[in-house]
Amino acid sequence: MKKKWLHAAWCTSLLAAITMPTLWAANLYNLPHGVTPVSHAIYGLSMMAFWIMCGIAVVVFGAITWSIIFHRRSRHPKPADFHENTVLEIVWTVIPFLILIAMAIPAARVLIRAENVHHSELTVEVTGYQWLWRYTYPRWKINIYSRLADSSLRIAPLHSGRSPYSTPHYLHAVTHPLVLPVGEKVRLLITSKDVIHSWWVPDLGVQMDANPGLVNSIWVKILKPGTYRGQCNQICGWGHAYMPIVVVAKPKAQFLSWVKHWRKRHPQALSPATTPDP
Amino acid sequence: MSESIALSHDAHPAGRGLTRWIKTTNHKDIGTLYLLFSLIMFFIGGAMAMVIRAELFEPGLQFVNPGFYNQLVTMHGLIMVFGAVMPAFVGLANWMIPLMIGAPDMALPRLNNWSFWILPFAFTLLLLTLFLPGGGPEGGWTLYVPYSLELGYSFPFLIFAIHLMGISSVLGGINIIVTILNMRAPGMTLMKMPLFVWAWLITAYLLVAVMPVLAGGVTMQLFDHFFGTHFFSVAGGGSPLLWENVFWFFGHPEVYIMILPAFGIISEIVPTFSRKPLFGRTSMIYALASIAFLSFIVWGHHMFTSGMPVSADLFFMFSTMLIAVPTGVKIFNWIATMWKGALTFEVPMLFAIAFIVLFTIGGFSGVMLALAPADFQYHNSYFVVAHLHYVLVTGAVFAIMAAVYYWLPKWTGHRYSEFWGKVHFWVSVISVNVLYFPMHFLGLAGMPRRVPDYAVQFTDLNMISSIGAFVFGSAQLIFVAIIFATIYGGKKAEARAWEGAHGLEWTVPSPAPYHTFSSPPEVMG
Repeated sequence: MKKKWLHAAWCTSLLAAITMPTLWAANLYNLPHGVTPVSHAIYGLSMMAFWIMCGIAVVVFGAITWSIIFHRRSRHPKPADFHENTVLEIVWTVIPFLILIAMAIPAARVLIRAENVHHSELTVEVTGYQWLWRYTYPRWKINIYSRLADSSLRIAPLHSGRSPYSTPHYLHAVTHPLVLPVGEKVRLLITSKDVIHSWWVPDLGVQMDANPGLVNSIWVKILKPGTYRGQCNQICGWGHAYMPIVVVAKPKAQFLSWVKHWRKRHPQALSPATTPDP
Repeated sequence: MSESIALSHDAHPAGRGLTRWIKTTNHKDIGTLYLLFSLIMFFIGGAMAMVIRAELFEPGLQFVNPGFYNQLVTMHGLIMVFGAVMPAFVGLANWMIPLMIGAPDMALPRLNNWSFWILPFAFTLLLLTLFLPGGGPEGGWTLYVPYSLELGYSFPFLIFAIHLMGISSVLGGINIIVTILNMRAPGMTLMKMPLFVWAWLITAYLLVAVMPVLAGGVTMQLFDHFFGTHFFSVAGGGSPLLWENVFWFFGHPEVYIMILPAFGIISEIVPTFSRKPLFGRTSMIYALASIAFLSFIVWGHHMFTSGMPVSADLFFMFSTMLIAVPTGVKIFNWIATMWKGALTFEVPMLFAIAFIVLFTIGGFSGVMLALAPADFQYHNSYFVVAHLHYVLVTGAVFAIMAAVYYWLPKWTGHRYSEFWGKVHFWVSVISVNVLYFPMHFLGLAGMPRRVPDYAVQFTDLNMISSIGAFVFGSAQLIFVAIIFATIYGGKKAEARAWEGAHGLEWTVPSPAPYHTFSSPPEVMG
């Protein structure tokens, strides 16, 4: 009897030891809900998949635990001799298949929506370099070179003697952010001038490779003004960790005045085709 | 007369000392060589992982420069995949397949010797690049172009080393296929073969099918680098995406090459310690074959963010999700085998159960990653690092450890210490989760893989993960100590080292004599 209690206490504390930190971490560190329709849809999809997996885990790990506790030799000395059961085998083939279909349908919907770049209202070209991003607005002939901010650059080197905590947004701050209007469908044309990079901003639900010589397109429609941070996500050399992405979303009117302001300060802006590489 | 001469001549190794190991054509010797080689590589690759985790302990650079960090990441991947996991499985195949099918040796013993002895040279070449000006390869084990073409002196070494590894694997694969198809004892039909042998038969076909694809791919890189071709540059009519397609057409079957033999091992161990036959032998074999087939049509799921057309994304998403069905069949079969058995928990069984649970967690994250739009967020993040280490470390490596504990009595004639084996298991299984589980959350929160430095919000979980890594790494020293203690001493093992074990390997004495099954055994049933 005492042993049974001990067992139960063991199992409960073990379960708590596993689930408590998991829930704590899952709460603090999860996919961002984000600020675009696509990021919202991806968040929903991810959480749906997560909970389905949790459900399957309860069944599968429950069966294993049950077997470990009740079918150990000390409790269950005479092993059964059954094997092969066609009905059972069909059931455990068909049920997972149905669960997969249940996930595949919404996933396909989100995918088709995420990749539909038609009817965009603004186009921005994104070009990756070792190790910075260039943002070009063909409509206004604006070119922005977006590098790691000096505040991070001073701290980053080996033996710099400076603390990453001494600056806000260490490695996630840039010299000039990409500025986008809120509420407009913006098409991003992504490419690279050297090796493969990847443009990833979790809050926008966007990750797209920048392939040299090829152009990928993706779209964002930011619903909320704010500053959204990400970074290059394809190993691209020495400075891979040092090419952050910062997107500032402004309401339409403020965005247009930013455009005006930028053009005034950079009158030498060239057409994109003849823009020099940095 | 001839028989007695043959016996007295062949009952011991041909040479002495080092020459024995260089000249040997004996499957047991070669199996041992493979396993020791893999153990050494496991520690070299592991040492690199320790440096990586030390650097990631806190934000800012403390120990290495970003360039060297990239080299570590790349070398760690190449060494663990081609140097540790694959040779360990080939070593197990060499030792056990002839014993399990009642064959006197592998079908092509000299080829077998050559397959192994290529490997030390391949990895010497690869490791030497670290001492070249400019250091080793940097672009990750996926060798994406054009980054990989920017490499300096290390590039030709890398390509040549990969060619050597490929030749070794293909020859090993051919040898295994030929052995299994031609050298089974009379009465051992294909469907009666042990699951480990089945898993390896299918794996060997995968090896022979895809290693040449990698060889072709890296040769194209070599040509682009030195001979002015443009397979991978758009300017010359090629495409960097061609490399991604070629690499992953090799790469996805490759990851199953690293897990199917593990499935075979678990299918041997679980029935033994459940004292019950495997629940669904036939469906297990069909599941293996289905997984192998599917592995050829899912490679695009590594490229969801590369800009493929939506139709391709859809196809690869659906085909990838389909893998969960046969994989589920395997998991359910193992559980049904345990169900109402008489379970005991010796170290091989502990590792096998940990494999089932933790590999399933790797499967869960795998299904999530298969959802193409969700992958737009997960791709190349630490979520992927967590996923791949759950399937490769707590999957493949745990299965290898289970196999080592399971067959160590047969190899050495001694029993290992259950106490120290359990210490090794518990320390490993706890620390490995402390190491990899937080990575899921790091990835979801937006931490990219393959970076030496990170934004400060990722610090806590990285520290936890690094502590897990140091404990897990140290715990493997216990593993080595147990292995060598068992080789040189310990309680005598019986022929049938585990009372619930079935199969021909348990009918020969422990340790298995240098030559076994010189005349084929009878297979009953």
